[in-house]
Amino acid sequence: MTSTLSADLALIIPELILAVGALALLLVGAYRGEGSSRVVGIGAMAVILAALYFTVCAGSAETVHGFHDMVVIDGFGRFMKVLVLIGALAAIPMSVDFLKRAGVDRFEFPVLILLATAGMMLMVSANDLITLYVGLELQSLALYVLAAFMRDDARSTEAGLKYFVLGALSSGMLLYGCSLIYGFSGTTNFTDLAKGIATLGGHGASIGLVIGIVFLVAGLAFKVSAVPFHMWTPDVYEGSPTPVTAFFAAAPKVAAMALFLRALTTPFGEITGQWQQIIIFVSIASMLLGAFAAIGQTNMKRLLAYSSIGHVGYALVGLAAGGEQGIRGVLVYMTIYLVMTLGTFGVLLVMRKDGKPVETIVDFAGLGRTHPWLAFVMASFMFSLAGIPPLAGFFAKFYVFLAAMEQGLYTLSVIGMLSSVVSAFYYLRIVKVMYFDAPEGQLETPLPLASRIVVTVTGTLTVLYFVVPGALVAVAGAAAKTLVR
Amino acid sequence: MEIGLGHYLTVAAILFVIGVFGIFLNRKNVIIILMSIELMLLAVNLNLVAFSSFLGDLAGQIFALIILTVAAGEAAIGLAILVIYIRNRGSIAVEDINLMKG
Repeated sequence: MTSTLSADLALIIPELILAVGALALLLVGAYRGEGSSRVVGIGAMAVILAALYFTVCAGSAETVHGFHDMVVIDGFGRFMKVLVLIGALAAIPMSVDFLKRAGVDRFEFPVLILLATAGMMLMVSANDLITLYVGLELQSLALYVLAAFMRDDARSTEAGLKYFVLGALSSGMLLYGCSLIYGFSGTTNFTDLAKGIATLGGHGASIGLVIGIVFLVAGLAFKVSAVPFHMWTPDVYEGSPTPVTAFFAAAPKVAAMALFLRALTTPFGEITGQWQQIIIFVSIASMLLGAFAAIGQTNMKRLLAYSSIGHVGYALVGLAAGGEQGIRGVLVYMTIYLVMTLGTFGVLLVMRKDGKPVETIVDFAGLGRTHPWLAFVMASFMFSLAGIPPLAGFFAKFYVFLAAMEQGLYTLSVIGMLSSVVSAFYYLRIVKVMYFDAPEGQLETPLPLASRIVVTVTGTLTVLYFVVPGALVAVAGAAAKTLVR
Repeated sequence: MEIGLGHYLTVAAILFVIGVFGIFLNRKNVIIILMSIELMLLAVNLNLVAFSSFLGDLAGQIFALIILTVAAGEAAIGLAILVIYIRNRGSIAVEDINLMKG
């Protein structure tokens, strides 16, 4: 290894920008005191834009390893990092109005988002179990605080407590898996693990290693909120302040999914048979629970929590299929999911009635008459989440199921398609409430500008995606090629 | 009797399971959950150090040190969240954490 420190540091410039920027903004906030949330928020967005610039434009396009193989910078990582940064970038302006009206517009909010984002970036480029753990914890510790951000609100603090306890439990399981993998293979490095397993051949996995992989998958399934480790999701999504929920549903999910893909394909790609069945089970269970449990919900955030569990199930179909095509499907899915989720939460954040943020489905009644434009965008998000062509959500499902069919996973695909039919029920119910029920009460005007911009941009992308579907697929395909070798 | 790797792994596994059960079976107090989490992490550390010594490889001990550091931060944040929770609800009984369910 002849890498120098400066060459290594040059690889993680986006992460450095985020970390240093977060600390600098923390100082700015501490010195300026109360009322500095606006400056810090704008500063945080500038920091994220700078990180985005260095992620996309700087550095070579090839796969580079740094810090003695602890991190890897490749096309796959770059793709996922861009998604994470976009999620974080949208979360900050969307939160401003909500937090101000709730009386908690503190400068710590953007700083915590930046720190969580730095952790997510590290997760995405982790090439070692230690890097994986450090990145994951840096993200999680910031997210626990964000969930409990409205500290005078009983539900928000309860969400924070629940998220903390179950998140720590999942970290414990993940670590136990890491320790077993380390013990039974002698290394924590993904590349060395892959080499060691390859030399032993297809039957090279000892029982200890397989148990380690199972614990690792359980810990990661917690982080992406896949069944049977989903139980924290509805409570945390419902209790957290809405902008925080929007952030939870977007960026951390993408980052955890990236970690999931890399931690299974890079080191354990040779022994796919050992973990593929687990992923298939988790995927089917998530899709079915996402479809059926959301039917009876009346709270919008809780419904979206179950919906996100279902979407994780669909994305995992791609991982179960594996190979370049499967990974490409997951990447396309996560991109479109990110856009749809940000948009849906943007609509929720735009709406306020009687001095309170809108949370239940009944509040959407008659929106088609009072705010036709908003209702149209919301309806297209709902159709898209349900996977109805020609909206973006259809293409997302199309590519993962295509990959699964080519691998001969017919049962998985059929169950997936049937559960997407079931889930269409609750998405379409919202459309029905908006267009066919009588309006109740008035929305507070003016609608917050930042959220309206997010809604417009994501809505346009969702509706007009079918015009150039090939571009995203080509980029995702190139990114997937760097992960699967 | 020689104390070998297997013994250390058994102790660590028992501690880990006690930690997991402490989280799920305890109905009284959230502080006990925090203690259970620490127990789980320490079980993992024992595992890592035992493997590290057995393999003659330092990575496991470095991993254990990093886990210790992160566990300290995690405990600090957990206790902070617990404090604001008590301020709002006036109780830390596990069965009272039920504002949201379904």
